Formats: sequence, structure tokens, C-alpha cells
Amino acid sequence: MTCIEARGLRKAFGTTIALDGIDLRVEEGRILGLIGPNGAGKTTALNAILGLTPYQGELNVLGRDPWTERDQLMRDACFIADVAVLPRWIRVSQALDYVAGVHPRFDPAKAEGFLAKTTIKRASRVRELSKGMVTQLHLALVMAIDARLLVLDEPTLGLDILYRKQFYDSLLNDYFDHNRTIVVATHQVEEIQHVLTDVMFIDRGRIVFSCSMEEFESRYLEVMVNAEHVAAARAQKPIHERQVLGRSMLLFDLKLNHLDRQQLATLGEVHTASIADLFVATLGDRSANQACQPQGAAR
Amino acid sequence: MNTQTDAVSQSALDSQRIAPAAMSETRPLYWSVRRELWENRSIYIAPLAVAASALFAFSISSIVGIWEKPLRLNPEQPQAPYEMAAGLLMLTGIVLSVFYCLDALYGERRDRSILFWKSLPVSDVTAVLAKASIPLVVLPLLIFAITVAMQWIMLLVSSAVLMVSGQSVATLWTRLSFFQMSMLLLYHLVTAHTLWPAPIYCWLLLVSGWARRAPFLWAVLPLLAIGGVEKIAFQTSHFAAMVGSRIIGNAPAVGFTGPDMFPTDPMTHITPGLFLSGPGLWIGLAIAAAFLSAAVRLRRSQGPI
Repeated sequence: MTCIEARGLRKAFGTTIALDGIDLRVEEGRILGLIGPNGAGKTTALNAILGLTPYQGELNVLGRDPWTERDQLMRDACFIADVAVLPRWIRVSQALDYVAGVHPRFDPAKAEGFLAKTTIKRASRVRELSKGMVTQLHLALVMAIDARLLVLDEPTLGLDILYRKQFYDSLLNDYFDHNRTIVVATHQVEEIQHVLTDVMFIDRGRIVFSCSMEEFESRYLEVMVNAEHVAAARAQKPIHERQVLGRSMLLFDLKLNHLDRQQLATLGEVHTASIADLFVATLGDRSANQACQPQGAAR
Repeated sequence: MNTQTDAVSQSALDSQRIAPAAMSETRPLYWSVRRELWENRSIYIAPLAVAASALFAFSISSIVGIWEKPLRLNPEQPQAPYEMAAGLLMLTGIVLSVFYCLDALYGERRDRSILFWKSLPVSDVTAVLAKASIPLVVLPLLIFAITVAMQWIMLLVSSAVLMVSGQSVATLWTRLSFFQMSMLLLYHLVTAHTLWPAPIYCWLLLVSGWARRAPFLWAVLPLLAIGGVEKIAFQTSHFAAMVGSRIIGNAPAVGFTGPDMFPTDPMTHITPGLFLSGPGLWIGLAIAAAFLSAAVRLRRSQGPI
């Protein structure tokens, strides 16, 4: 079943175009990583999906039009915008009571269970919690909601590595199942690569790359080339090259260059490519060249 | 009989089963109002504090008064201190409403918590109505309850002081028609302090949902500008007088009260029919509704600032 379907999704803020005709289809049970440079339109796209912003084009999320039916949609979908959106004055117990009061699919016992694993006190106010604890609280609230779609926009921004790892671990182990769909936008690509089932690059309001992780892993390989093979390797037209500890690391697109793994193995050590490297290869040079030009400001 | 009970319990079970999906419409509203009270504790703390101060002052005055004039009671107007205390609470209610409304839709955008509220299945209509209900329902009722409770304690304090000083409490109790005072207070709060100033509160809510900074200035400056233009162009100040009367609850035709009389004076002759048939009330309410619906639209499209 299709969870999110967009056709020709457009959004402009004045003269800046944040979304420039996006076509998107996310099936149920997928974990999609939405990756893009700052101001690429990630947040705008997510806001449109969540009914937080009006848009042009067609968009259907869980069978609803998000802009006109946000409150209905939020029974089946929920989102964590970033770590700082829980109101600072609210007490942990009040947050639980409130969500239990307004959300028909919230299970307070489940939330209590998640909170029991943390050091968060029920009487604390959010302002007294550390950034990591606020995220834990928010995650506990969200995971206790039996939703079909969870949208995360930079959920771990500003958290240390322990909290970040714990965040994705509990999401995968305690929450995700194949009836749910997760869309996550983030910059911390390396940490979520193993979590994703699909990946999508977005740049200047357009989707510039999209594939499933199975395809990604069979298609993109990185070769740590032995010094004597560098020239031969470059002849195979790698899509990106970088230096690691004095050795060349070349990224190949097997499909594009009609290569196979055996051929590359003769050139050096072969690894599965990382999303981050492909991202840099796809967008890095462009971003470096145009770094001084402000563009596509998506709040 | 038995089958009937079975059927009833069966249908009760069924309704329980579907209850999560079909949550009643009023539940999110109820919890949204509660959350407003959690966030803005001054809504009940401030009137309680004012009432406590008034009680304290009244007790001092009663005790000190024993040795001079008994209770400093004006036999013609034994209700004077009660009215003064009630007036203080009404003023508190106005001040609280104004500041609450100015922050209601602004604060949640400034601290980005609007993204959290919007991640829950609460419609913007419900959210804005919950916020509007604070000045239009919650505060009037709260002020009424606190005022009545305070006046009862005042009555008990003065009775105790009278008894201790060996005077009769009968005069006090017969001269004060408590029930009538309370009913008049409720009437006055609903008419003059809720229905009449509704457009002002809704205007403040609208501005707080629109302004990206300094909602107070944005709320006040247009009013000052209109008043100023009118003053310069026509040398009149109808607009300023109108806004003023709405804020302080000086509604016409609520009742006939003497110039020095407080609205809860038992001599007041209330005229709800006249008040309800006046066009001013309905024009005001229509404007209030328009402001509110604009505030709902704004909340739907506005994000954090």
C-alpha cells in the first residue's frame, strides 16, 4: 500500500522556489532517508507531507490531503520536528496526560515503559531536562502512538553520539515493523545508513537521486586503490575520488560504467559505498562551487 | 430483561472498542483548555492572590475598626467593601485576559512548540477555540467563583469580629442580600466582561497569531492610529470611546444603576432584553467571530518564528 504519493509538488516562498515539482512515492513498511544540503527543501517537503504548509501539486498521505485534513492525518501519522519543540514549561506527567487525552491511538503504559528505561522524572519540567532527555521523552511519546507514518526531521540534531545511536536503536527495535513507514531527513548520514531501506537526495527543490538500499549496495562500490593501479582505476571513470591516508578511494557506479565487482577487486580493496560519499560525489562539487550563492531557503 | 441487559453491555463493549478511533470531539477541546491552564498558571494564581490580599486588608480594617466606628460600616451601604473587592478581581480578570490573549498564539510560535501541538490530532479550530475560551469562559467563571468565595469569607470575618466585640450580626446579615449580589455579579461578568469585550479579546488573539514580534505594539498601534486619524480629521473621539468601553466592560443597557452604584448593587434593575436587543452587542460578536476565524486560518498556515 502506498503511504505517501506526491506528483508535481511545488512550493515557493516569494521568489525562492523551495520545491520544484517533486514526484515521490513511498510504500508502506519502508524507511526512507531524505538527504540534502541545507536549504535543499527537505523541511519544506516534510512540512507539506504533514499538512503544515500549503503547496501546489498533488499530494496524498495515507489517503488524505494533508493540508485540509491535518488533524485527521495526525491520528495515523506523527512527527518529531527537532529536539527543541516540546514546550519548556510542560511537566513530563502533563505531556503524557495531554497526549493520552487528545490522541486516540496513544498507549500511556507503553510510554511509561519507555520512560522507565531512562532517568527522566515524572515531575520534571522539560526545561529542566537535558537535550538528550528531551529527545528521549519525545521519542517515548511518539513510539507509544500506534501510527502508520512517522516523520523525523533532524531528530538527533545537537545530540551526542550515545543518544543518537540509542535513538535509532530504539526506533528500530521497539517501534518499527513492516506496517509502519518512517521518513527521516538528516545530515548525519553515516549513522542511519544501516537503518534505511530507501534513500533519496534532494537538492534545490528537486529529487536528484532515489533508490532502494538493496540497489544502492549492489550498484555503488568504493575501491581503495593500490598505488600501482591508480591510473588503470581512473580509466574506469569513477564518479568520485578522494584521498584517505595517502591512498586513493574511488567510487564507482557499476551500472553506469558496466563494471562488476571482480573487475574492481583487481584494483584494490572493495567496500560498499557509503551514502555520504555518494552524496558528496553527487552534490559536493556543485555545493562547493555555489557555496556563496544563497539559494532555495527552506525554513 | 436479561437479554436486554446483555444487549446493553454488548453495545457498551462495542462502543468501547470503537472508542479509540472515534474519540469525541469535545475531548481534545477539554484537554487543550487544561493545557492552557498548565501553561498559564497566573490565570488562577493571580485572582487568588488578589482575593487573598483583599481579604487580608479587609480583616485588618475590620479588626482596627472595632475601636473606632464599628466595622467602618456605612449602614446605608454595607456592601461597599464587598463591591470594592469584587471590582479589584474584575480588573484582575481584564488584565489577565489581555496579556493572555496577546501571548496565546504568539508564544507557541516563538518557542517552536507549535510543531509539537500540530503533531497531534487537534484541529486548529479546536486549538484556537480553547485559547479563546480562556478570556471568554474560564476567566469569567473563575473570577465569579473566587469573588463569591472571597465575599463569603469576608462576611464570616466581619461576623466573627462583630460577635467578639459583642455587637449584633443581624444587621449585617439582613442588610446584605448575598444571593442577589452573586447573581448580579454573574450577570455583570457574562454581559459586560465577556460578551461586550469579546471583539477586543478576539482581536488580541488574532494579532498574537499574526505578529512575528511585539504583538502588544501590533495590537495597540492600529487602534491608536485609527483614534488619532479620527481625532485629527473630525475632532471627535468616538473610536477611542468605543474601544475603551469594550475593554473596561462599560456596556450600555446591561441594567439601570445609579451613577455611584456598583453593578452588583441590589438596587440595580437589570435589563437583559435591552442589552440583547442592542445592535452594538451583535455587531461586536460578529466582529469577534470574524477575528477568530481569521486566527484559525493564520494558525493553520503559520509555523514557528
